[in-house]
Amino acid sequence: MATSFTVNGKQISVEAEGDTPLLWVLRDDLGMTGTKFGCGISACGACSVHVDGAVTRSCGVPVSEVAGKSVTTIEGVKGADGSLHTVQQAWIDAQVPQCGYCQSGQIMAAIALIKATGSPSDAQIDEAMTNICRCGTYPRIRKAILAATGQAAATLQGAA
Amino acid sequence: MADNPNPDMDFAEAQAPETKPKKKGVKRRIFLIGSALLAGGAAFGVYWTDNSAKTRAKALTTGDGEHNFLSWMKIAEDDTVTVYSPHIDFGQGSHTALGQMLADELDADWDKVKVEQAPADLAFANTALGQGFLAELSGYPGVINALPQAIIGMIARSLPLQITGGSSAIRFTGEVGMRSVGAAVRLALIEEAADRLGVPANELTTANSAVTHAKSGKSLRYGALAAGAAGRSLSGDPVLKTRDQYTLIGKPIVRRDIPAKVDGSAVYGIDFTLPDMRVATIAAAPVRGGALESVDAAPAMAVKGVEQVVQLPDAVVVVAKGYWPALKGLQALSPTFSDGGNAAISTPTIYAAQDTLRKAGKPDNEGGEGDVDAAFKAAGANVVNAEYRVPFLHHAMMEPFALTGHFKDGKLTIWGGLQDPLSTRARAAKAAGLDMDDVIFNPMIMGGGFGRRFPDIVEAIDQIALLAKQVPYPVKLVWSREEEVRHGTYRPQSSAALTASIKDGKITGWRTDYVQSGNAEGEVPFIYAIPATSRRHFAYQSNQIDGPWRSVNATQIGFYTESFMDELAASAGEDPYQFRRKHLPAGSRHLAVLDMVAKRSGWGTPLPEGVGRGIAIVESFGTVVAEVIEASVKADGSPKVLKAFAVVDCGTTVNPLNADAQIMGGLIMGLSSAIGEAITLDKGAVVQNNFSDYPILKLADAPPAVDVHFIESGAKTGGIGEPGLPPASPALANALAMVSGKRIRTLPLLTQAKA
Repeated sequence: MATSFTVNGKQISVEAEGDTPLLWVLRDDLGMTGTKFGCGISACGACSVHVDGAVTRSCGVPVSEVAGKSVTTIEGVKGADGSLHTVQQAWIDAQVPQCGYCQSGQIMAAIALIKATGSPSDAQIDEAMTNICRCGTYPRIRKAILAATGQAAATLQGAA
Repeated sequence: MADNPNPDMDFAEAQAPETKPKKKGVKRRIFLIGSALLAGGAAFGVYWTDNSAKTRAKALTTGDGEHNFLSWMKIAEDDTVTVYSPHIDFGQGSHTALGQMLADELDADWDKVKVEQAPADLAFANTALGQGFLAELSGYPGVINALPQAIIGMIARSLPLQITGGSSAIRFTGEVGMRSVGAAVRLALIEEAADRLGVPANELTTANSAVTHAKSGKSLRYGALAAGAAGRSLSGDPVLKTRDQYTLIGKPIVRRDIPAKVDGSAVYGIDFTLPDMRVATIAAAPVRGGALESVDAAPAMAVKGVEQVVQLPDAVVVVAKGYWPALKGLQALSPTFSDGGNAAISTPTIYAAQDTLRKAGKPDNEGGEGDVDAAFKAAGANVVNAEYRVPFLHHAMMEPFALTGHFKDGKLTIWGGLQDPLSTRARAAKAAGLDMDDVIFNPMIMGGGFGRRFPDIVEAIDQIALLAKQVPYPVKLVWSREEEVRHGTYRPQSSAALTASIKDGKITGWRTDYVQSGNAEGEVPFIYAIPATSRRHFAYQSNQIDGPWRSVNATQIGFYTESFMDELAASAGEDPYQFRRKHLPAGSRHLAVLDMVAKRSGWGTPLPEGVGRGIAIVESFGTVVAEVIEASVKADGSPKVLKAFAVVDCGTTVNPLNADAQIMGGLIMGLSSAIGEAITLDKGAVVQNNFSDYPILKLADAPPAVDVHFIESGAKTGGIGEPGLPPASPALANALAMVSGKRIRTLPLLTQAKA
């Protein structure tokens, strides 16, 4: 069965059973492996993507449900010129990743949080950042989110 | 050697020629391993031989204009230095740190240094790890004593070595190998430059990948000298830099693998793909020790995309066009498995069996000194007892096992992430009935490991080897999270009874009786100065395969010792920090670390209502770590960690940025295990399934920041990947006891706090 939706701004159509989770369509059918498999039950967040802008755990969403929608993955968050997203740069500056496996999902969750709140408080970070990191990078994730929003705020002030 | 996994490798031991003075009590030995000559008992010099390994390493890695130095590094004519790490880097940052160590001695321009994973070939065996290891065996104290027996066993079985474990990368490979190689190659470059310039070598200096003759102002780049230098013999015992001469060691250099880990471009084992590749997933016998009895393949074959159902001795595999149809096919099956006679085993029966074994009083191993029983019986002694229990723990690496195999023309090629590339080849060869030469292994980036990826305990290697031989196309075997959780090689379930006598405010006798599979004596030093101590190990093996779990036995031994220290302090009516202080030797590293963590954490300063503060200190892997945790109890009874402090003495910190990350991560993993993690057994099978019932600590429950401080004592370099973990659980339990007055002696805390 063919399902059409957009991925990172590109219109695509995939032949996949309707119950196939979006995660496996991205990874196995489209070869986009930046989105990771961690648990298969929407518990860990390694597979986080944006669907119509909302952070979504793609292992729990059948591809039939994203028909006509817009999906953004970690491969799609850089600027058109290839420049890193502010959050990606903050992740490098804070040297967040260790094994790195969960970080695509962490970054997708952080981008959605920052989009929703502008400058998230510690409590908002606690509430939104529920993805699992076994390496224990949480303090640096928090630091990177705060730095990314500080940078965004400074840019806005500079532009004003 | 019957067990030698590498039949083309010679292993012989002979008395050394009498060329060096005999050290008291040290039997000098020389080990011949393959074509590499290792001397044990001598200082950590590196002994080179020009041999077939070098030729092979060169053939495998050097292109036009590149010049190989042993199998450790090469220099290209454009000055690029490539360092080959025999260790895999699964996020612990050792590739960067190892590169720093070699490049510092080489005086290389860091911007022109690359660190790559060494090929899984005997020519790249880690002679430095072997040498450090064998030198210790032959009499040098310290490092072997800080290595878990499980790791020693793996090292012994996997010579020659590409193993990663025991926090060994920096302290063996870096200190023994990388620095000596860098220093020796630097000398060869100087000799080459001296000949070319016609000046004495002692008038030459090196910096930024160039040799300079200050008098004449002439300078030659390393790239221009490489061809000539590569043909020279290398010094076996080059003089290494002193601490004040370091240019890269100790610097917070950023990791080069991080950019690919923030844009999704890093390719992990699970991401690997080949044309025509199929994907498979597996269900093994629920009870460890059981076998596959029967399975009707039809329901799986009816699922669109499923191509084959493969039976293995203890598992069933479904092969499909992708992971999803493979999983659906697997879930459609109703295989029957035997239980291997293990159906009566459960978590309570294991604890009961351990109690019985301990009470029978016949230990398998004993360490300690002095007469403990006399101390307990002495007049005026206050004797304190406590029993502790800790559960099996799952590694929970975020990337499940994913190995790709392709069997073609009699050769098996495997791609994936494992902690020892060479022994991966050996295990796969054995499983597939092939010669090791007919197995090729391509190491990939790993999504965590924490001890789970030692080939010795990875049955997925056998599975992919057997599976690949039964299908005509490349196949990627991906474990589900459920398979990961239920078929782990866990940190063992363990229990202990501790007894101590206190007289006049000081501990006079201490006994730890612990029951578990492995003997921890030697691995986890007992740091307190107490006249009479006894640590007795009672060996118990369940039906599970116990595996080294980050920091190995130091987690539970640290929890027992440091929880009990607080209980003794309470019994003596003393402050836990001061009580520890007076039992640590004056002038010791331990005392310095403990004092520093007390100072940084503001020990003794008032706390808000409902907040407790706990302290613990554990030495493991040659590194001393003390931690202070501040915590409160949430409305639901679960702990809330508010602040965390760690003070670390690992001798020398090679890369502070990375060391900080490792201690922070270890501390958080320790908290996670203490708070919520437990694998339990029922009817011989694991009860837990996924992260839903095996909870990993999340950001909201982790400390917002971890204050990590390093003491640069200059002591022998210790490990950094594991030692941050052990003090965390007792420090937290001690903090909670201060809040609630309730001592938690069984982990995880969550089940206890809510009980």
